Amino acid sequence: MSLFLKYREIMLGLIVLVMVTGISISTPAFGTLENGVGVLNDTAFLFMMALGQMVVILTRGIDLSVAANLALTGMLVGMLNQAFPDLPAIVYLASALVIGCGLGMINGSLIAYLGIPPIVVTLGTLAIFRGMIVVVAGGDQVNASEMSSTFAGFPKLEFLGLSSVFWIAVLVSLAAWFFLSMTRAGRGLYAVGGNPVAARYCGISLTHQELMAYAISGAIAGICGYLWVARYGVAYVEIASGYELTVIAACVIGGVSIGGGIGTVAGTLLGALFTGVIVNALPVMQVSPFWQMAISGVVILAAVIINARAEGRGGKLILPEARRAAARAKA
Amino acid sequence: MREPVTVSNESEAKSAAGAERYRVADHAPRRLADVLLRWESILVMLLIAVIIGNIVKSPYFLDPYNLADATYNFSEKAIIALVMALLILVREIDLSVAAIVALSALVVGFLGAAGYGPFVLIVAGIAIGGLCGAFNGFLVTRSGVPSIVITIGTMSLFRGLAQVSLGDQALTTYPQAFLDLGQTYFIDWPPVPLSFFIFLVLAAVFAVFLHLTATGRRLFAIGANPVAARFSGIRVDRIRFALFTLSGLLSGLGAVLLTARIGTMRPNIALGWELDIITVVILGGVAISGGIGTIGGVVLAVFVLGLTTFGLSLMNVPGIVINVLLGLLLIISIAAPILIRRVVRRH
Amino acid sequence: MADFLLREIALTNDTLTAPILTLSHVSKSFPGVRALHDVSLDLRAGEVTALIGENGAGKSTIVKILTGIYTPDAGEISVAGKQRHFVSPRDSWGAGIAAIHQETVMFDDLSVAENIFMGHMPGGRLIDWKETRARAKTLLQRIEADFDADAPLKTLSVAQKHMVEITRALSHDASVIIMDEPTAALSRHEIDELFRIIAQLKAEGRAILFISHKFDEIFRLSDRWVCLRDGEKVGEGLTRDVTEPDLVRLMVGRPIDQVFPKRDIPIGARVLEVEGLTNATEFADVSFSLHKGEILGLYGLVGAGRSEVMQCVFGMTPPTSGRVVMNGRELAIKAPIDAIEAGISYVPEDRQHQGAFLPLGIRANTTLASLAEHVRNGFLSLASEMKATRLLGGRLSVKAAHWEQTLGDLSGGNQQKVVIAKWLATKPKVIILDEPTKGIDIGSKAAVHDFIGELAEEGLAVILISSELPEIMGLSDRVLVMHEGRIVARFVRGEGTGAQAWSPEAIVAAATGTPIEGRAA
Repeated sequence: MSLFLKYREIMLGLIVLVMVTGISISTPAFGTLENGVGVLNDTAFLFMMALGQMVVILTRGIDLSVAANLALTGMLVGMLNQAFPDLPAIVYLASALVIGCGLGMINGSLIAYLGIPPIVVTLGTLAIFRGMIVVVAGGDQVNASEMSSTFAGFPKLEFLGLSSVFWIAVLVSLAAWFFLSMTRAGRGLYAVGGNPVAARYCGISLTHQELMAYAISGAIAGICGYLWVARYGVAYVEIASGYELTVIAACVIGGVSIGGGIGTVAGTLLGALFTGVIVNALPVMQVSPFWQMAISGVVILAAVIINARAEGRGGKLILPEARRAAARAKA
Repeated sequence: MREPVTVSNESEAKSAAGAERYRVADHAPRRLADVLLRWESILVMLLIAVIIGNIVKSPYFLDPYNLADATYNFSEKAIIALVMALLILVREIDLSVAAIVALSALVVGFLGAAGYGPFVLIVAGIAIGGLCGAFNGFLVTRSGVPSIVITIGTMSLFRGLAQVSLGDQALTTYPQAFLDLGQTYFIDWPPVPLSFFIFLVLAAVFAVFLHLTATGRRLFAIGANPVAARFSGIRVDRIRFALFTLSGLLSGLGAVLLTARIGTMRPNIALGWELDIITVVILGGVAISGGIGTIGGVVLAVFVLGLTTFGLSLMNVPGIVINVLLGLLLIISIAAPILIRRVVRRH
Repeated sequence: MADFLLREIALTNDTLTAPILTLSHVSKSFPGVRALHDVSLDLRAGEVTALIGENGAGKSTIVKILTGIYTPDAGEISVAGKQRHFVSPRDSWGAGIAAIHQETVMFDDLSVAENIFMGHMPGGRLIDWKETRARAKTLLQRIEADFDADAPLKTLSVAQKHMVEITRALSHDASVIIMDEPTAALSRHEIDELFRIIAQLKAEGRAILFISHKFDEIFRLSDRWVCLRDGEKVGEGLTRDVTEPDLVRLMVGRPIDQVFPKRDIPIGARVLEVEGLTNATEFADVSFSLHKGEILGLYGLVGAGRSEVMQCVFGMTPPTSGRVVMNGRELAIKAPIDAIEAGISYVPEDRQHQGAFLPLGIRANTTLASLAEHVRNGFLSLASEMKATRLLGGRLSVKAAHWEQTLGDLSGGNQQKVVIAKWLATKPKVIILDEPTKGIDIGSKAAVHDFIGELAEEGLAVILISSELPEIMGLSDRVLVMHEGRIVARFVRGEGTGAQAWSPEAIVAAATGTPIEGRAA
């Protein structure tokens, strides 16, 4: 168990590997390179969204509005494309980032400055963002036929057989890793989530950290909004409906603690990959896709309960012999 | 250097003086401002505003049959909101309620298709809900994992099971006596549907339980400080388990009433209800941080939200736009008191 | 009294060097509490200034003002002659002030190095991890720590965590270092280590503000002293010019032998007997007995396992072996409710987290552990609850506007009284008081002491856990001393000789694990 604690990511990686190998042996169609590429392309959105969510959960928060943010930003960028069809793709991507970040800042301000619980704020903005899609578009959809080729073509660009969405996910992951492990602001997220009082004594502002976390989560949701709408060729009110819970589930499977202060980029990516493998394996294995939800449910429960056991709730180490035993176990 | 007085003299002097000038009143003096600033009073004013707005805007609003039909849209959710209020009061949450509704409705649907009578359908629906709730309660109390995480998991599991069993099919065969429960009025005049009647009765029971019994008081204590509650001899885990089970039972009841009303079961039934229900509870003044809330507030919030939705739909406002207003209402109603308090403190 | 104070204040005029840091006429209030009133204070380079005063005298408030956690309502802070205004801890470091806080404030899931440098990691916005580790290693070597800079903090012992806290303060390279009870959780050996470090810092010309309850430390370390009482400065001077009784008199405002008048109460029959109570990691082989009318003191360093043993007796955690016998009958205590029904009450140490229900009113708090008594026909009787609240609240002289007042609005002392009232409402035969006067003002404290004597007089058996030796020695009939999870010594009031004598020296020696020859296990 101590091995598990130390190398949770490695264990989760092994589980994913065993799962992939097992499925590939039983269903050779799954083990092909082509299918592997498909899994990575399909899971790219979840990689990014889960990282955004992790940043928020690290501060003891939760962002239920991410999927609604994705859908609203997607619609707004789609409408931007209708109005200005000839802009380069990077402009759409950048505007999506800015819009998403702005929506995230709304959450962040309400949470950080007014101290309203995150679940309340993001529950409210979830409803507002979704509804605003209908309001801004007057109830219309934006269809593939109404999208310019630069807009719709960008997510379908490929490099080494993998889509640009996947490569953006790679960039987002690298950025997240760099931010969370190499910058003061990133480490500050772990500090405020791990011990808000201590963070204050260290001169780290909870307000700034929270605002930043929701802005990041929103920005990532915004980027995904553009890519999602362009890739699937439609923007309407229902896209990614309920996706926020899949995203949170991926974080939880990846070992991010809802109590804050614990979570790694690698773990979260593996949690997302795990979900992606299951989603993709079921149809290949000729299992009804309706199993997907039930399986993720079981996996989430198993993951959190195993994590809880590993973290343990043992007593304090007061007796000298208990301390020595713990020191030996550590070594 | 003067000799300091000894402690016995000092404390005697102090307590004697204290007895003279110190009297503690039973209650705070009742002031109108305090009553008006109560959350429930704000909700009452909101409700009056909603009703007046509706009357002005639509001539059909006050029709008793219209109003009775309006209750259909919120009664099932309102029943579950009562127990959600208790869960949030003790710092827990149950995101799996809508999924439990789906799973219970599935069993009700299968039994209906198999030709069982209304009694079996009702009992089975509620019992399945209770089992799901007990499963939640078991996991939450045994694992020590926050209930928001556990119930995200069981939400997937329960709805997933419903999807696995039914795929994209629907179940539409129910005995007529069962359908009559949901589709006719329970009381003819004034017209009251069964689901609304059950909601009113349960609201009264919950209010009495929460505000007048010892166990109800213990819920406030757990919500205010779960650790101190354990230290005070309250069996915290037992109560948590019971509340999750109750949440399942009422979700099962909601499933029975919903199936009887719409006469069909699909796996995506009641999708997203959990968020609607939590919105009602929070608007009802139950603090997400625990320990504060009343059943009266929740009932008022049910009416505010129910009648707003109904009124706006009479005006042909699309449901999704109504959601925007409800979302704003939720955030503003929580943010406004905080902002007002800040402004007041600054001056 | 007045001329005595004047004499002490006059001493401030014989200035040796210019102060590095000056607090002048600082005041700070919280709703309902005046924490500091018109306090002035100087810290000088190369000097250790001891800040003394009882719990709640305002010492921690001064620390929080100096570290930028609180902003004063009035008064000025100047560092090296320049007036400063601290709004966040960053401003305080910027001015060269570092603190070791009373409660260890750290991040369990992060590494030692990161804990040391959190908030001021080497590098700019980007962290220079190589430099961070290297500097952490150097600092740890300097205080001769025996653990690695990369170890996760949660794998360290309490004392080791404290070393990290000290290293943290050193990492700022500050000219002023504040130490708020740095020795509370340390063993004798570790305290010696700390003193060596302090001497080193002093030699380097830093000013040190040293806060401690232990007079031997104050006299051994400090050059000057400043005494606070009820938020006001009541004296200051050079340490070599003052004696312990002088300081105690200033701190408490009355001589020590009259602080805790011991009542003469006949000890009755044996009520509680604990035999060989053992838990896997926290304590082992704890045995003691308790009698009617007796006050049994349980003394030891913070983290010695005192609370853990008593929480086990109370049913919060299960023992791995051992038994609890009450009035000759073995108890099967699985949860606190079993203990309460058997007549055992436990007033926890951590009032905010374990005792008080801050959003609830005084009445709801008072009756919570005895709700069954107020049920009539299945419903709670408000009248019955109110009657009990008036009775107990009045007896403990709870100061409040009305009985429905939210507990969060009361002062710490009054909150504590309500928590005690809740436990008395269960009509216990044994009451365990865990640090009952921690962090409460002096008036409430005297009331609580008085009250403990009263309880014993009424025939209750009392177990008193306290870290304050005068309190323990003043009130107890017998004292058990715990060290590293075991009872290492037993003392009887006014009896014994040498290592077992009823003396502060012997009790402290046992608690700190200092070997004294001839001490019985």
